[in-house]
Amino acid sequence: MTQSNTSAVDYNFDVVRQFTVMTVIWGIFGTLVGVLIAAQLIWPALNFDTPWLTYSRLRPLHTNAVIFAFGTSALFATSYYVVQRTCKTTLFGGKLASFTFWGWQAVIVAAAISLPMGYTSSKEYAELEWPIDILLGIVWMSYAIVFFGTLIKRKTSHIYVANWFFGAFIITVMILHIGNSMVIPVSLMKSYSIYSGTIDAMMQWWYGHNAVGFLLTAGFLGMMYYFVPKQAERPVYSYRLSIVHFWAIISLYIWAGPHHLHYTALPDWVQSVGMAMSMVLFLPSWGGMINGIMTLSGAWHKLRYDPILRFLIVSLSFYGMSTFEGPMMAIKSVNALSHYTDWTIGHVHSGALGWVAMVSIGAMYHLIPVLFNQGRMYSIKLINVHFWMHTAGIILYIVAMWISGVMQGLMWRAVNTDGTLTYSFVESLTASYPFYFIRFVGGVLVVAGFILMAYNMFKTIAAKDGSLKPVEAF
Amino acid sequence: MSSFWSIWITVLSLGTLVGCYLLLRMCLTNFAGVEEGESMGHSFDGIEELNNPLPGWWSKFFLVTIAWAFGYLLLYPGLGNWEGLLGWKSSNQGILSLAESKAMVTASKEAGLLVQYDREIAAANARYNPIFEAYAARSIEDLATDKAALKVGQRLFLHNCSQCHGSDARGATGFPDLSDKDWLYGGTPEAIKESIMHGRRAAGMMPWKAALGGEQGVKEVAAYVLSLSNRKVDTELAKAGQTKFALCMACHGTDGTGSLAMGIAIGAPNLTDNTWLYGNSPRSVEESIRNGRAGVMPAWKELLGKEKVHVISAYVYSLSQK
Repeated sequence: MTQSNTSAVDYNFDVVRQFTVMTVIWGIFGTLVGVLIAAQLIWPALNFDTPWLTYSRLRPLHTNAVIFAFGTSALFATSYYVVQRTCKTTLFGGKLASFTFWGWQAVIVAAAISLPMGYTSSKEYAELEWPIDILLGIVWMSYAIVFFGTLIKRKTSHIYVANWFFGAFIITVMILHIGNSMVIPVSLMKSYSIYSGTIDAMMQWWYGHNAVGFLLTAGFLGMMYYFVPKQAERPVYSYRLSIVHFWAIISLYIWAGPHHLHYTALPDWVQSVGMAMSMVLFLPSWGGMINGIMTLSGAWHKLRYDPILRFLIVSLSFYGMSTFEGPMMAIKSVNALSHYTDWTIGHVHSGALGWVAMVSIGAMYHLIPVLFNQGRMYSIKLINVHFWMHTAGIILYIVAMWISGVMQGLMWRAVNTDGTLTYSFVESLTASYPFYFIRFVGGVLVVAGFILMAYNMFKTIAAKDGSLKPVEAF
Repeated sequence: MSSFWSIWITVLSLGTLVGCYLLLRMCLTNFAGVEEGESMGHSFDGIEELNNPLPGWWSKFFLVTIAWAFGYLLLYPGLGNWEGLLGWKSSNQGILSLAESKAMVTASKEAGLLVQYDREIAAANARYNPIFEAYAARSIEDLATDKAALKVGQRLFLHNCSQCHGSDARGATGFPDLSDKDWLYGGTPEAIKESIMHGRRAAGMMPWKAALGGEQGVKEVAAYVLSLSNRKVDTELAKAGQTKFALCMACHGTDGTGSLAMGIAIGAPNLTDNTWLYGNSPRSVEESIRNGRAGVMPAWKELLGKEKVHVISAYVYSLSQK
């Protein structure tokens, strides 16, 4: 974890520090809400008969909190850090960077208040009502100005691959957000989409899938491309592989939305094109995993004693698993079994907890000592404990959801000899309860891990400057 | 769609695939200007990049998926107006009415089109219709004693009726209990089947507040109605209500025993049996009188077919025969 001399350039790390601390805090908040709603599925009384605590209102709060509060704060922190260090220049825009921090936190707080109050546009992952959407759009444009402004005034001749991914994610998320959030307001907190029927559904999943593709995949690949080689202290495996998989991912992902609408009123041709592109997307997605994991060539031994590197590499394994699973689930005949079941939930969490959270956690553990003038985190042992808690939590979670998802799919389609359905819906629900419980236990482990991380982080911040010396490799 | 959009879609889709292929071709050659396996020579915050070739298995697999996509879009509808060599469709699209749907099913069968939904339905009908035709040939009373038939009826009930009437058929607020002997439209096998086949729309309990002279009138009639079922009420109120009940007699009968007792199937409930469709509290009875009620049972003939309705009728009939 040796750091190159930073005194040459006066980097703006204030905003990076702010986003880093909030990433950990929102990580606890988002997963905690997730665990509460997981518990509500087993013990419905846990909504305490309060409208604000009902599943239907907390579920969007959970998804917004983990995607936009936790995940996107991590992306802000790392993209601001990486773009400065790899361009050898401080952030462009001065106070604008600080505005993106406070503006973004305002969006999150507005979400955390308005969603439990029942204000929703009813579009998945885009539930926020129009005034909040406008603020979000302004903050995002400011983000783009800061990021691309920094790129333009870079002191290096080339643009590092991590910044390609950050750049693609920032531009595309802006287009997606504006495109899908076009509404006609009827009051301060109520609006109607300008799209109707099938077109509305297609716009929603064009947005929805690319929130996954660009925010949760491209953005975090940018993170991976800096923190994996940095933590492993090895060169990136293949420059050419990064070119082909970058351009292929961004040109193919944008087509994949229709696979969320297989066998619906969406015209057949859209479904076919969406499925074909989702399949071709498989290998370019794996390009990122190969480039990350192969970067470890010659440094595999570090996995034995470096839990931060372990977080990063295991995140790539989950990334590989989810990006194999995704194209497979996009095949119509597989989708006919998997759609509307817990399998989808399992798939999402293998991506969200396995890939997104693990690569972010690894990056944060790398970043926190650098930002707060320490040689290492307060406790390497606690990072290791966090690693195992998080890994065990994910495995319990996704295995439970796979089993319950496939079981639900099979129960729903089981037919008697007379052609009537074998199981009523409620029977498939009853059969899912044991798996809901296992998922809940997995979730508790993840939250507990985040709490450990927060403790470790505050101890590191509170320690006297430079008092935590780096561990020498052995 | 117009040929402009068809060409637009085709060019963009194939362009993306061809673009991916060309990109792969380009990166398979060493264009980087340094030896393979060597560093690219730039360093970003200490990170270097090697010029390693693409993994062979990876590039081959990528090529296979691109080729597969071309094949898929050749066989299946995807490229604008191109319908695909297989002539496959998931369903007949753009349908606005049942008649249109039936016409399209016939048309696509005659044209030999591969419409997945039509084929699956035809296969299911060929396999399962004989079973239900055999049931339909027997009387409902007969089926109601046949355990196997009742099992089938119960499963159909659970999938199609339980959402409103409950898994145990005991109903819910606004949805009648089918397991008791209290009927709105009749509990004979014929009447039950009629209800399921064609649905029922209550002639309509109209809002009575204005006609009864306001809130006081509503309270009086409610008290009288409750007293018919021997409920404890304010006798003064009930007495006043009794005179106003004259307005209710046309549907509920002079003694309040409902339309069925008068032999007409308009769904006006019996008010003397202490069975309450919309709740037994004075408040809900008052609400019924004040603002009216309009219960609707949908028709199932088109959705399930008369044979399956016959089997469900037997199941529902059996519930009140115990």
